[in-house]
Amino acid sequence: MNWLSNFIRPRIRSIVGEQKDVPDNLWQKCDACEGMLFHKELKANLNVCYHCGHHMGIHVKQRLEILFDDGRYDKIPLPAVPVDPLKFKDKKRYADRLKESQAKTKENDALMIGRGKIGGQMAVVAAFDFSFMGGSMGTGVGEGLVKAAETAIKDHAALIVVPASGGARMQEGALSLMQMPRTIIAVDMVKEQGLPYIVLLTNPTTGGVSASFAMVGDIHISEPGAMIGFAGRRVIEETVRETLPKEFQTAEYLLDHGMVDMVVKRADLNATIGKILGLLMMRQTSGDPKNTLPDGAGGLSAGGKMVTSPGRSGGTRAEIKTNVKPREPANPPHEKPRRAAG
Amino acid sequence: MSQLDFEKPILELEGKIAELKNVQSDQSLNIGEEVSRMQSKVSRLLSQTYAKLTPAQKVQVARHGNRPHFLDYTKAMITDFTPLAGDRNFAQDHALIGGLGRFMGRSVVIMGQERGHDTATRIKHNFGMTRPEGYRKAQRLMQMADQFQIPIITLVDTAGAYPGKDAEERGQAEAIAKSIETCLNVRVPIISVVIGEGGSGGAIAIATADRVYMLEHAIYSVISPEGCASILWRSAEFAGDAAAALKLTAQDLYELKLIDAIIPEPLGGAHRGRDEAVASVARQIDKALTQMTPWRGDDLKLSRRKKFLAMGRA
Repeated sequence: MNWLSNFIRPRIRSIVGEQKDVPDNLWQKCDACEGMLFHKELKANLNVCYHCGHHMGIHVKQRLEILFDDGRYDKIPLPAVPVDPLKFKDKKRYADRLKESQAKTKENDALMIGRGKIGGQMAVVAAFDFSFMGGSMGTGVGEGLVKAAETAIKDHAALIVVPASGGARMQEGALSLMQMPRTIIAVDMVKEQGLPYIVLLTNPTTGGVSASFAMVGDIHISEPGAMIGFAGRRVIEETVRETLPKEFQTAEYLLDHGMVDMVVKRADLNATIGKILGLLMMRQTSGDPKNTLPDGAGGLSAGGKMVTSPGRSGGTRAEIKTNVKPREPANPPHEKPRRAAG
Repeated sequence: MSQLDFEKPILELEGKIAELKNVQSDQSLNIGEEVSRMQSKVSRLLSQTYAKLTPAQKVQVARHGNRPHFLDYTKAMITDFTPLAGDRNFAQDHALIGGLGRFMGRSVVIMGQERGHDTATRIKHNFGMTRPEGYRKAQRLMQMADQFQIPIITLVDTAGAYPGKDAEERGQAEAIAKSIETCLNVRVPIISVVIGEGGSGGAIAIATADRVYMLEHAIYSVISPEGCASILWRSAEFAGDAAAALKLTAQDLYELKLIDAIIPEPLGGAHRGRDEAVASVARQIDKALTQMTPWRGDDLKLSRRKKFLAMGRA
């Protein structure tokens, strides 16, 4: 068997050509409803079950693509950090685990940073890669978030962080614990510049990640069904000795308990975040008579006179009176953005 | 809880000394000599044992029930201690105590986890495991310190934040995150001492400070060695290996430049010389506050940020 799997199979593979992780014609079961899903269709549906709407994990590259306008962004490399500072070893060496994850993902750590536009507004997105050691946060990820924040400040862009993480990376001991204050410093620097900091909580967001930058956003958005919490479900059940409700620590549960602003479907994320960024970054200081109330709500001008609706809901062509980015005129949200900056 | 396995030979000797002292009244002078001989042997054993404690043994010492706890410190080093209760939102959390007081003449805000010293007090203080309302009270007190421009002292001693259903419902993660953020933004000196166990997020919530000190045998870790072992070794039996791998001792953290100094403990640990341990902690805090006074709030905040941003960089 060893000889077969170690020698013969790789040889065959090298002759036939590199195999993909999942062949295109494969069917898979939905984690939630167990409905059969055709791989191609599932991918086209952004890894959301087209039977029950369950949101499954998504590759970090696809995550960035769906968030940015037209899927366009410039990738920003992660800063280099000291490797395996504790020389940590359990059953396996941390240095080896790192190498394996790096080989598997072709990335240096569990974070990918992109810069582009969302709803026409400049944005930096830092998204966690759960497939890289469970998205755990050590020095590399922490330093990446600092870099993302600095980039947002430099480009006068909004910062959007997308955690998908089990928490701190144990293999870096107290150094990973220190990423909690470090990442909060990073996002606070962005907030102090008057730039929006939005957290998009995805499955899962727990432990030291949830208890740091992920819970101090100006706005918290979550994907449906995402598990979000501090302590793990099993630990809590062992502590309180009771079975927890099924919806415990889900995005919807957090919405009910006032911890997130909204639960938004994956397909609507770009539009929702774009709209929010527009409201936060293109701040008008005075009313515009050309602007009207939405259709059906009647139409009162600033002076109180009734005006007829021009048939366009909302006012997107309003003159920009105050824009937090004075150096470059922002694109009105309905215009197609130009090539992502950079 | 109060007996450490590796102290067994020492405890046996101490027991014998106590016995000898009891019978001394009806015996000859020789016993006095014997007692002092045995006592010097105890000291020798103590200094030998405590000079080379393993990380796993340090974990035991850090959690020792007879170590001075938060209320022992306030009693000994704070005058006019005025505990303040509640987060003005939901509840009063007895796991994290805080209030106003006078430390060597200065007004201070002091806070920390209290673990309790017997069954009744341990239950009252929830073993020092803080709920969200405790961290929200901490934020309130820190903001008050900022408003009145008085320094903040935090004493850290917790296994971790409370992992309960109610704590999650009320936003444990948010409470910890905001508490760290508040520590980072106050414009007054903030001094932290890990006096026993610095358990992960529950600890750093109040330990993001200008000066962070650890007692000689205290520990500070991202996860308990038991938790780490059960995840990475798939069995809590490997907690000793995990304790070593995690580099959680005061000496490790000092080497990693994550803390500013180590406060020495009396021979045989703080549980053998409680008053002495408290006095050493008080001296270190006084020294730090003296150095940091007078302060400029904005500079303090900036240098605190720099300090944390520099951590772990090559």
